[in-house]
Amino acid sequence: MSAAGCGAPAQGGAVAVSETETVVSGRVVAGGAPVGGAYVRLLDSSGEFTAEVVSSPSGDFRFYAAAGTWTVRALHRTGNGQASVEATGPGVHEVEIAVA
Amino acid sequence: MSREDVLVSAAWSEENLETPGVVFVEVDEDTSAYDGGHIPGAVRIDWKTELQDQVRRDFVDRAGFEKLLSAKGISNEDNVILYGGNNNWFAAYAYWYFKLYGHTNVKLLDGGRKKWELDGRPLDKEEVVRPTTSYKASEQDASIRAFRDEVVAAIGNKNLVDVRSPDEFSGKLLAPAHLPQEQAQRAGHIPGAVNVPWSKAANEDGTFRSDDELREIYAEAGFDGSRKTIAYCRIGERSSHTWFALHELLGYDDVKNYDGSWTEYGSLVGVPIELGSGKDA
Repeated sequence: MSAAGCGAPAQGGAVAVSETETVVSGRVVAGGAPVGGAYVRLLDSSGEFTAEVVSSPSGDFRFYAAAGTWTVRALHRTGNGQASVEATGPGVHEVEIAVA
Repeated sequence: MSREDVLVSAAWSEENLETPGVVFVEVDEDTSAYDGGHIPGAVRIDWKTELQDQVRRDFVDRAGFEKLLSAKGISNEDNVILYGGNNNWFAAYAYWYFKLYGHTNVKLLDGGRKKWELDGRPLDKEEVVRPTTSYKASEQDASIRAFRDEVVAAIGNKNLVDVRSPDEFSGKLLAPAHLPQEQAQRAGHIPGAVNVPWSKAANEDGTFRSDDELREIYAEAGFDGSRKTIAYCRIGERSSHTWFALHELLGYDDVKNYDGSWTEYGSLVGVPIELGSGKDA
């Protein structure tokens, strides 16, 4: 098997993205402050679940996706929120999710 | 078998944290989750270093499992409640693994760590030490574990349930979207497999959907309840989640988990692979 299992790598920090990878990356916030420990779900254009990670203490999250329109939805004990992001192609696509 | 025999709620769990004979076990791949706070009194099992042989690609053997559970302070009579991150993937894998080695009294905490956290239930960082036991495991139960030759032979006559995401199934991605995509194996799926992503079986908070919802989801995807079934994913943990839904919740009696899954099948020489959604074929 590959070196890693199926758990997500550490969220946040610098990420080396190969030329072919499409990354959806961002931060969960509440009133401008970062929210760590939120469950961030990547949903495809039909609303279907694709992946989930837990935001880092600084609120960061990251998905290795494909080109397309994605919804990122965050669940936290203090509230939920979601945002849309257009990943046009390879590279890092940034998005912020406010939870309330 | 009813849902109460295999699942416990977060509320029940919180009420039974100190009940003698009930042992909470957190199973994760990322063990830093446990260190950052765990259910009070829970011991941990590391999916990667404790449940896998560290040289061959296989599980620890029967003696190894006995040694592990004895050291964790788990006895044959204990009511083991498993939970973990990633929507209970690794906990479901451990559940299947405990069943494989014959542990009778094991349950999943519905929703796992996510539900527990979203409910705002207590976590602590106390070190948990339980007195060692003399655990006795059974021989592996071959009726719930599929190997590669059996999977190839099942093409066209058993339900093959591919529980990865649609993009992994079609060959667009090689791994779930929270992971980097460099992999050695070929992309695609086993010919004739139906794609029912594991996530269909779970609610947003990580709890399992109702039996009626589950039956409808699998029927809609073309799952034939009269056939024998093999479930697979990439490395066998997401398919443990689906194995749990099909075998433990819905009660289908001949359901196996193929733990070799796509990282084995997609690396085999000469086996057939199908690309695309599979629905137009």
